[in-house]
Amino acid sequence: MTDSTPRDLHIPAEGPAVGQDEWVARHTERRLVRGGRLGVVEQRLRAAPWWAWLVLFAAAASLIPVVESSGYVRRVGFDTVIFMLLALGLNVVVGWGGLLDLGYIAFYGVGAYTYAIFDSDKFGMHLPTIVAVPAITIVGALVGLLVGLPSRRLSGDYLAIVTLFFLELFETVATNGNQIFGHDITGGANGILGVDPLSFFGHQLAVQHNGIFAVSYYYVAVALFLVVFVALRFVNLSRVGRAWRSLREDPLAAEVMGMPVNWLKLTAFATGAAVAALTGTLATALSASVFPLNFSPVVLITVYAMVILGGSGSQAGVALGAVLVNVLLQLLQNPDQARVLFYLLVVVGVITAFRWSRTLAVVSAATVALGFAVHAVVSSIDKTWATIGHSGFSGVLSHWVVVPGALAPWVGQVSYGVLIAAALAVTQLRGVPRLVALPPTIYLAAFVWENVMLPNPGPTRYIVLGLLLIVLMIARPNGLLGERRVEIV
Amino acid sequence: MPLLELRSVSLAFGGLQVVTDLDLAVEEGEIVSVIGPNGAGKTTLFNLITGIYRPDEGDILLDGASLVGLQPHQITRRGIARTFQTLRLFLNMTVRDNVMSAAYGHTKAGLFRAMLRTPAMRREEREIRELAERRLAFFGERLMGYRWDQPAYSLSYANRRRLEIARATATNPRILLLDEPAAGMNPAETHEITELIGQLRTEGGYTILVIEHDMHVVEGISDRVVALDHGVKIAEGSFVEVATSPLVVEAYLGLGTAERK
Repeated sequence: MTDSTPRDLHIPAEGPAVGQDEWVARHTERRLVRGGRLGVVEQRLRAAPWWAWLVLFAAAASLIPVVESSGYVRRVGFDTVIFMLLALGLNVVVGWGGLLDLGYIAFYGVGAYTYAIFDSDKFGMHLPTIVAVPAITIVGALVGLLVGLPSRRLSGDYLAIVTLFFLELFETVATNGNQIFGHDITGGANGILGVDPLSFFGHQLAVQHNGIFAVSYYYVAVALFLVVFVALRFVNLSRVGRAWRSLREDPLAAEVMGMPVNWLKLTAFATGAAVAALTGTLATALSASVFPLNFSPVVLITVYAMVILGGSGSQAGVALGAVLVNVLLQLLQNPDQARVLFYLLVVVGVITAFRWSRTLAVVSAATVALGFAVHAVVSSIDKTWATIGHSGFSGVLSHWVVVPGALAPWVGQVSYGVLIAAALAVTQLRGVPRLVALPPTIYLAAFVWENVMLPNPGPTRYIVLGLLLIVLMIARPNGLLGERRVEIV
Repeated sequence: MPLLELRSVSLAFGGLQVVTDLDLAVEEGEIVSVIGPNGAGKTTLFNLITGIYRPDEGDILLDGASLVGLQPHQITRRGIARTFQTLRLFLNMTVRDNVMSAAYGHTKAGLFRAMLRTPAMRREEREIRELAERRLAFFGERLMGYRWDQPAYSLSYANRRRLEIARATATNPRILLLDEPAAGMNPAETHEITELIGQLRTEGGYTILVIEHDMHVVEGISDRVVALDHGVKIAEGSFVEVATSPLVVEAYLGLGTAERK
């Protein structure tokens, strides 16, 4: 007889003990989805302590400017760390406290504007960083406390609406703040310019060094991230952190178990706001200016996307989400990188749909053949309808996908509409009709991508981000590093 | 002086009178059961004591001090803890964290001390952890070792009921309010919970007020039984006295049944 015990039916050597719940005892074992070497690696990675990951991150982050010294990379790195800080702060309110705070970016704005007021020629105040930054963090916490007051009575959607209103209020005040009772406070739509860089003990930290972005700001941001990460981690592992999570799980039970729920909501709000305000000072010191538009709902949605994608409630998750989203948005700004990314996504998508099967080969071959066929027909009618690129990936691609030299606007709009209809049809069809419909749909997607989406990188970035979020939320509803959550059992 | 005392407490939701002129006294060290048909106001009574509802009239006293107007968490700090009939655990937190979180009321370390991990904070954290593990160990094998780090949602129904009791005792209460601790349990588990409630008094030193439908449990644990119907106390006394009271039989089986018997 062959040893045919399936892996998942493996029974521990000592056997189930009396009075022991087998199902519960094997809980950890079942969480391990993969078998074999990959499973072992996963188990080891899970066993590593959190600070080991943090040290690894710190080392990697410190090496980036050494390996790639271009100002662009440094700047993107700095912005990414800013977003990571924002995501950490939002995670306190949303991930731990369970409070839907849609006014979060306003606290970022409060920090930015307060720094601009404290440290610029606007009011002639030039507070040293060592005074200004802690003061602004406290200001942020106090404003958070005030805005959190409605949370005592509101929950869920109602709280979201009230806090969203606060964000709008902040933007309106910032935009019209050049005539508050005849005084110019915020500089209105033009914002405040000429904000001081960071200064430590009379020594100013220059933003530019030999014409490129100074690496010191990047390191300051990374250091700040590490400090905030550890501080919040310690809070999460304390009495207050447990109380916040209890509040998220069941506010009534938390209250009855002796936790002052209203006060805890306020502290969660204030802590998140303080982190956001602190981040605001750093971002402003670097850009030397603030404008109302820096704190629009788009920024709010981006930070929320980071938190949700990474796994709300997990610090490492939201930080990873911030890195992925911001780097993705940067990559999508460059047409060449965006193109590679798009076709990579299509290929990965088709492979995950069909696995390594004959169907995959048929669909791929049909798609490739269809492209060359369409290209041949179109260019035989009129050479200018299908331009040929010069070199590289886009050059090869231009023999396959049709890119007319001049495209009538209606063609783009119609093809976009047809693509949506075709994509919907593919999701509804089953069996052979679906296989038949798939190659033209993919080809149409490529056509739309090359002719409509690439020339408009602005909206395209967010469309791709949205699609990615949808796909990820279907595949992993709790985010990349989020723990499995149950709502009702 | 009784440990917990309700003096002519009344509560109405709009036109619906839920509790009417209710008097109740629980002496230190006593186990008192509250029985009554569905909708009799038993859970409402618990909600009144724990401050979730505020009585329209009357007074609720713990050790002679009024509790009316206090927030639920303040009442818990004074020494009243409860479990929920519908089980309200923090499902996505670990078993240990569930119990540790309930120590909030009698511990001190705040946000800043947590960030800095001061020696005092670390000591307190160790104490909370030991307290939680002691409370869980009270249930013997059932909630031991490997289960401490598992999320509460992975527990079976009976274990969730046990965890609710463990969580309530972590608030260091003087009086425990148990809302149907044997609901949904099989006969063996029901028997176990009956013994456990006795142990909570003898070993834990808690005074216990318990709502229960299972008459075997009520008979097994109660020093005294109080029967409610439509928010009115219809009988009080030993189990036999209450169980044979015509008003109680009527409340459970319908009008006229007591006479026919």
